[in-house]
Amino acid sequence: MLDPERKNPAVPIEGNQAAALEELHTPPMRLQFGPSHPATHGTVKITLDLEGEQVVWSDVEVGYLHRGFEKECETGYYYQNIPYTDRLNYSSPILNNTGYCMAVEKLFGIAPPERCNYIRTIGCELSRMADHMLCIGASAMELAAFTPMLYLIEGRELILDMVDSLCGARVTTNFVRIGGISANMPENFPEFARPRLDRALKLFEDADKLLTENPVFRQRMEGTGYLSRDDLIAWGVTGPMLRAGGEPYDVRKVHPYLVYGELDFDVPVGEHSDNFDRYLVRLEEFRQSRRIILQCLERMPDGPVDADDPRVRWPGKGRVFNRMEELIDQFKLVTEGGMPPAGEVYHAVEAANGELGFYIVSDGTGKPWKCRCRAPSFSNMSPLSKMITGGQLADVVPTFGMINMIGGECDR
Amino acid sequence: MSAEKPDEKVPAAPELSPLLEKVVSRLGDRVLEHHTARGDDRIHVARERILEAARILRDDPELSFDLLLDVTAIDYFGQPDNFEAKLQVWDRNRAVMRRLPQRRHELVLPPRGPEPRFAVVYHLTSTRLAHRLRIKCRVPEDDPKIPSVTAVWPAANWLERETWDLYGIVFDGHPDLRRIYLYEEFVGHPLRKDYAKHGEQPIQEYVGPGAKEPRRPH
Repeated sequence: MLDPERKNPAVPIEGNQAAALEELHTPPMRLQFGPSHPATHGTVKITLDLEGEQVVWSDVEVGYLHRGFEKECETGYYYQNIPYTDRLNYSSPILNNTGYCMAVEKLFGIAPPERCNYIRTIGCELSRMADHMLCIGASAMELAAFTPMLYLIEGRELILDMVDSLCGARVTTNFVRIGGISANMPENFPEFARPRLDRALKLFEDADKLLTENPVFRQRMEGTGYLSRDDLIAWGVTGPMLRAGGEPYDVRKVHPYLVYGELDFDVPVGEHSDNFDRYLVRLEEFRQSRRIILQCLERMPDGPVDADDPRVRWPGKGRVFNRMEELIDQFKLVTEGGMPPAGEVYHAVEAANGELGFYIVSDGTGKPWKCRCRAPSFSNMSPLSKMITGGQLADVVPTFGMINMIGGECDR
Repeated sequence: MSAEKPDEKVPAAPELSPLLEKVVSRLGDRVLEHHTARGDDRIHVARERILEAARILRDDPELSFDLLLDVTAIDYFGQPDNFEAKLQVWDRNRAVMRRLPQRRHELVLPPRGPEPRFAVVYHLTSTRLAHRLRIKCRVPEDDPKIPSVTAVWPAANWLERETWDLYGIVFDGHPDLRRIYLYEEFVGHPLRKDYAKHGEQPIQEYVGPGAKEPRRPH
């Protein structure tokens, strides 16, 4: 299906062409692409210098959605910062919740119970599926293929229904808690989820058929946005983009967390490192995510979902209203926050776009001294200028679409 | 509910983690301190020697830290690493702002400690060997400069720009050190601890090209 001969058309202007341009004295045209452009699903300004259709210089400007996530986190208790993480990557919020809470748990030295880990894994993979669907659908729509978007949005609705049944919210989930989750999984969740997963897969396959063999889509995706594997690593790119370049770096496999070490799934790897391979890697990751969820539903253990640790988990309401110690406990936890020992941790999870790390420095009080989010979108965006310079103007759109820059996460 | 004494300030235990053993043997006296806490390995390097340490870490086949994940800074605000003093900076700053809103940029600062104020933090990993390392370099407040590692890892380009933008640390040798999130006319660096959380400032007037031209009406 893939053409092994395809090459990157993004070549710098040199030789005769450069000499001809020198003679003609045509100044390049300056084009402002963004900040709010209908062909980009993210708020970013790209300044392009064009020679005809060719991009000869470019500058990428982010920060239009900067709202001081890290400053805000420094002034809230650890448990108060969880809702902020929903707003980082708003198309896959449970992944962000999990990343933050696992970093704080590492700081406290808490291990949540097994059932909690399984439910978190299900939540994470549902988020990843929703994110990939939105990324592929939006990117296809920007390439004027509107129909797949409708299929994928319908599939995403089914995924969001499952997220809704897990935690009662669709997008701003606020699902994961430090040392646990907000609510136990509903008893009928497996029966609820299986038909919806099948239906979502069916819709996904339909969109796949509409796009993968579509000549227009392939011409716009194949060979564009090329960056070699070494360059991808040097520029700090992670996630589907790096894997499309042939490097099987996946935090779920390299540093297994939650229950990924026990599950059976594959990490798809591309070979051409262009937009089409990034698209194919996302297609396959969607199927692997579904596989992970089905395995988790089968193996779901019984037991509690919250860690039994009074430093982070609030006592049940019945005990708070009837017993003095629990009342004091709850009061202290709400007004002072749980206090981890001083120190610093870095914990990373594999988000939909790459490695999402949280670096938390604690001074021993209830509020973090510093809470740094290593956002995959930010690092993935940094080589964009390098990827589009030398290519055609029309290639900017699929390249940007396949980076899947999420403003909330990139600009924080 | 009492905060425990930090476990990281005690001198490094004699037994090193396997990774730190390799790192210390390759870097030699460039490593000022090393710690292993909560499964994370961390070394301290003098800021003048960060570039040569970075080259060794990337090029040595047994270390091969080819993926720079993150560059950021910590503002210790005059505190030593162990955070013995509890600061009430936010309460104090908020009180000042409420009392004298017109002087909101002149905030009360606690006394300065003996350690340099900032620490620049690098997180590295290796795609081949799958180990992680954290490097810390202390940077003083009166001369907030550190060599840029952009030549070793191009990924540092935007990350260092972000650190300059939010912490005001200058990266010497950076090819394009501009602000990245905020606009060029912004005054101050908002993630510094002495920048109040509610320290709003009026939008500064644009002074770049085309500033004098009349704005198009909405």
